[in-house]
Amino acid sequence: MSTPVEPAIEVRDLVTHYGRRQILRGVNLRVEPGEIRVIMGGSGSGKTTLLRNLLALNRPTSGEIRVLGRNLTGLDEPQTDALRRQIGVSFQGGALFNSMTVGENVAMPLREHAKLDESTLRVMVRLKLEVVNLAGFEHLMPAQLSGGMVKRAALARAIALDPKLLFFDEPSAGLDPVVAVELDELILKLRDALRMTIVVVTHVLESAVKIADRITVLDAGTVIADGPVSEIRDHPSEQVQDLFLRRPRQVEVDADEYLRRLTEESVGS
Amino acid sequence: MTAAARLLHWSEQLGRSAGAAVTELGYLAALLAESVYWLARGRGRHQPVRVAAVFAEMMEIGVRAIPICALLLFTVGTMLAIQGLHTLETFGAQTKLVPLVALSITREFAPLIVGILVAGRSGSALAARIGTMQVSQEIDALRVIGVNPVRYLVAPSLVAMLVMLPMLTILADGVGIAGAAVYGAPRLDLSLAVFAQQTLDSLVAGDVLQGIGKSVIFAMLIALIACSTGFSVSGGAEGVGRAATRAVVVSISSVVVADMVFTFLLNR
Repeated sequence: MSTPVEPAIEVRDLVTHYGRRQILRGVNLRVEPGEIRVIMGGSGSGKTTLLRNLLALNRPTSGEIRVLGRNLTGLDEPQTDALRRQIGVSFQGGALFNSMTVGENVAMPLREHAKLDESTLRVMVRLKLEVVNLAGFEHLMPAQLSGGMVKRAALARAIALDPKLLFFDEPSAGLDPVVAVELDELILKLRDALRMTIVVVTHVLESAVKIADRITVLDAGTVIADGPVSEIRDHPSEQVQDLFLRRPRQVEVDADEYLRRLTEESVGS
Repeated sequence: MTAAARLLHWSEQLGRSAGAAVTELGYLAALLAESVYWLARGRGRHQPVRVAAVFAEMMEIGVRAIPICALLLFTVGTMLAIQGLHTLETFGAQTKLVPLVALSITREFAPLIVGILVAGRSGSALAARIGTMQVSQEIDALRVIGVNPVRYLVAPSLVAMLVMLPMLTILADGVGIAGAAVYGAPRLDLSLAVFAQQTLDSLVAGDVLQGIGKSVIFAMLIALIACSTGFSVSGGAEGVGRAATRAVVVSISSVVVADMVFTFLLNR
């Protein structure tokens, strides 16, 4: 690299706990601007926890998280809000506000953060819905939408303020394969058209391989692989291959560890 | 288990419950403080508490509760007149019905019945709404959009509650006394106008204010308990159901207990 570019996301030695249980055990991550990064891992690998920490929804036990050049742990509330204005998030279930129409959902970030008159606002909302192919649906309620439409509406809301950084939690979860592929295309289009840095958290292999520039594989709270798609595909690690080839994980029985787990549980309850 | 071990177990349980109760009280206080902060400073931080949201809540909590509130208090007033006449007859003191009704409605029944009614109606609704938003990640969505959930959800409900509960109590005062008059006036050979006049004569401002003061406390309790229960929801639809139930039970109980404490303190 000729000139050092400031990374969009930089995570150093991130350790988090849920109650007494350790979830992330020293995670390191670096996402360059304009990149599409896929974070993969099975259930319980800690990918959701990592995402929540990147969004400053959870606080880490130790470690450093820098997002768009700002250190999350050092920010007070107004600064966190200011940073969040540059970040868009599409949640797993869409998390559309159920009491509002689709249009009002997309308008919400604009209403809160940008001083626009009503007609400009309407145009902006239509524009964003146009990007995700939902133009004309602004008067429907979220309950009236199909699964794929909910995800796209959530995406429209996430990009309402033209964020520099977009997070996407499980874009294809619960969608049929055709709709899932359409959503992948949309993510690629967004990056190319709007030059966003995009972080996608998923456990779906096809979509990861299709959209990712680089893939980070999490397992049991640690990063076990990090690299371009081709490198991950041919990764020598058995755990990574298990994930790729969808083999059930090999369970190694360790008598001491097993006993410790059993006894510790009874103390903890 | 030996007796000593059982005792230890009980005291441990007691300690845990006490700890949880203190934690919850602290949480309610924090919620109140944060709501007040956003009401006072929200505009300066470009996160004002929206007037439209407050009015929407006032509609839901107050205006839509008027019919049921009027019906209940009218009934309670009539019932009070029936029982009051029956009891007063034993002393030959039927003419004291008017002050009896006027004082017990304004000081006690109106705020208490309105408090219980609103706790049941809006407490559960608030808890269920916030709980559902918590489960479907809408609360997280608010936060990442940069909208403080307390400012957006709690503060408008709290203000609406604080305005509407006293209003409903004043309405309930009138309707309750009317209910008593409809039954009591003919039996005392009084016209409704004379009944009303005697009612006003037997009341001082302090009686009505005591009821209104109570309703302000109840409003605070109901709004904060409902919201905090909603925020603490986990575990899907079942959790939301449990939260709605808990919000109603806890807020009605605390309304009744607060009523007793308040009455005791004001009438020493």
